[in-house]
Amino acid sequence: MPLLQITDLEKSYRSPDGELQPVLNIPAFTLDECEQVGIEGTSGSGKTTFLNVIAGILRPDSGRVLFDGTDLTALSEGQRDAFRAKRMGYVFQTFQLLEGYTALENVLLGMLFGPGRDREHAEHLLIELGLADRMRHRPSQLSIGQQQRVALARALANRPQLVLADEPTGNLDAHHAGEALTLVRKLCREYGAALLLVSHDQDVLGQFERVVRFSDLNQVGGAV
Amino acid sequence: MGMIVRHSLGRHKLSTTVTVISAAMASGLVMAVFSLSLQTTAAFGGGDVGFDAVLGARGSQVQLVLNTVYHLDTSPGNIPWSMDQEIKNDARVKLAVPYAVGDNYQGYRIVGTTTEIFTDFEYREGQGFEIESPGLVFDPARREAVIGSTVAHELDLRLGDSFHPAHGIQDDSLSEDHDEEYRIIGVLRPTNSPSDRVIWIPIEGVFRMGGHKLRGVEGVEYEAHADEEIPDEHKEVSAVMLKLSGGQAGFSLSMEYNARGKDATLAWPIAMVMVSLTNKLGWVSRVLELVAYLVVTVAAGSLLASLYNTMNERRREFAILRALGARKGTVFGVIVLEASTIAFMGSALGYAVYYAILGTAAVIVRERTGVVVDLSLVHPSLYWTPAAMVGVGAVAGLLPAFKAYATDVAGSLAGG
Repeated sequence: MPLLQITDLEKSYRSPDGELQPVLNIPAFTLDECEQVGIEGTSGSGKTTFLNVIAGILRPDSGRVLFDGTDLTALSEGQRDAFRAKRMGYVFQTFQLLEGYTALENVLLGMLFGPGRDREHAEHLLIELGLADRMRHRPSQLSIGQQQRVALARALANRPQLVLADEPTGNLDAHHAGEALTLVRKLCREYGAALLLVSHDQDVLGQFERVVRFSDLNQVGGAV
Repeated sequence: MGMIVRHSLGRHKLSTTVTVISAAMASGLVMAVFSLSLQTTAAFGGGDVGFDAVLGARGSQVQLVLNTVYHLDTSPGNIPWSMDQEIKNDARVKLAVPYAVGDNYQGYRIVGTTTEIFTDFEYREGQGFEIESPGLVFDPARREAVIGSTVAHELDLRLGDSFHPAHGIQDDSLSEDHDEEYRIIGVLRPTNSPSDRVIWIPIEGVFRMGGHKLRGVEGVEYEAHADEEIPDEHKEVSAVMLKLSGGQAGFSLSMEYNARGKDATLAWPIAMVMVSLTNKLGWVSRVLELVAYLVVTVAAGSLLASLYNTMNERRREFAILRALGARKGTVFGVIVLEASTIAFMGSALGYAVYYAILGTAAVIVRERTGVVVDLSLVHPSLYWTPAAMVGVGAVAGLLPAFKAYATDVAGSLAGG
């Protein structure tokens, strides 16, 4: 059975003038356990909305999102939050680290609402990502590349089954982007997590065995 | 949740500090108002002052008691010496001590009296005035004085020092020094009562003080001459302090003296007289309590405003926490916990404010009335005030918490 199975997914937003704007119309999509898939799409095509629906942050208007046998669309908001906390990790487009917290604390937050604090595991992740001497640093004291690695560590902190990555290399130069991508894929493999990565960068997408064009996946055309 | 609250408080140090101080002021003020109200009501409640009743000139019983028991206010007038002798010999009276007032030294009242105040009177059950060694009780025929402990401390007076009494009950421009000089022969041990603020001299000395005119029974003016005995019919006293034999003594004496036309007033029982005063002034306590509650409301408003104003800038933070799996209820709880924590910190600091206010008030109250405010007294408001403040804090946190609860996660993460 696939890890992720999406059927007839639809999502619309109401525009400021009250008109209903469709964003997603995805007839089918699947992702297997430990599979790594790149989603290619332009800015404003609904990719982030797609990831947010899978993560349970947004509820679709219709359709089903089956994750490891659980229908996320049938869960309440609180249940989806708890599910996401235990089973998924998310690397945001602009990392979204919390400035008031150290690197270690940001990683601990990634596990706090799911399996619970495991300081040893959090430290191990940061050491593995080459941040042993940066654990007590706040995000503003880290380079962009280091922030990206903290974000990755946070996404893996709760030992997820699926990591969602929204343009994780968008803010990096080519060299660091390559390094970051290698790290994401390696750690997901190590921790047995599937990876669904969204990007418009062809160099990034070229690393994946399976690349899906979002415009092929989503029947809604045009930008949001 | 603790980690998140700790970080939030640390990140907004200035607003947290200001709000904590505001809560501390409110908490400390409420506790101080209740403590002071409780203690001053008890102190001025007339309970256990040593005497049961006061006989004085016709007039207000409250004024009579304030003047003689608490050494405040002016005397309502004088009564003839014969009344003192009459009541002293009454079987219903166990002890009768005459007082003659009207002079002061540097603002501390001088009371002319007899040595019975030192030998027979107990200001508290089983506790009479004690004189610090090697002091003595004054000789009724000499210009000697026994001073209260507060007088000694505040004016830095010791055994052997001398002073000139001044006319009047206040140390002001109208207060002229008498020619007579008195020597301090004894200093009383502290009694924690208004008596600590009094200078006791022989009553004969008041009769003979220069410029004092006695009117006695007939109302004819008489000025005492040196080495000449003053006829009893000319003597008059401000009041006679009474310890009664018990039973119906007070009631029957009260009926007798208070029904005697314009002759005299018997203030009995002292406790009831003072209760009537405290009841009349009870509204002052209510107003002070209201002010204290208003300060609490202002502190709560300050807490609400400070938290609410940070909700917009913290929208992204809540969205990230939600995206990481925090439930809406968790985010709500974090804000309420934050508000409660600030209120708790304020309450803890409030004890320092409480002792500062109480300590300052204690000095003033003791200075003005001789009543001692006990800083170590434990009373219920020391417990319920901090608990109530935390509750108020939690309630103040509800509105900001609801705002956090309603965070649009996807929109906030997108920067919208």
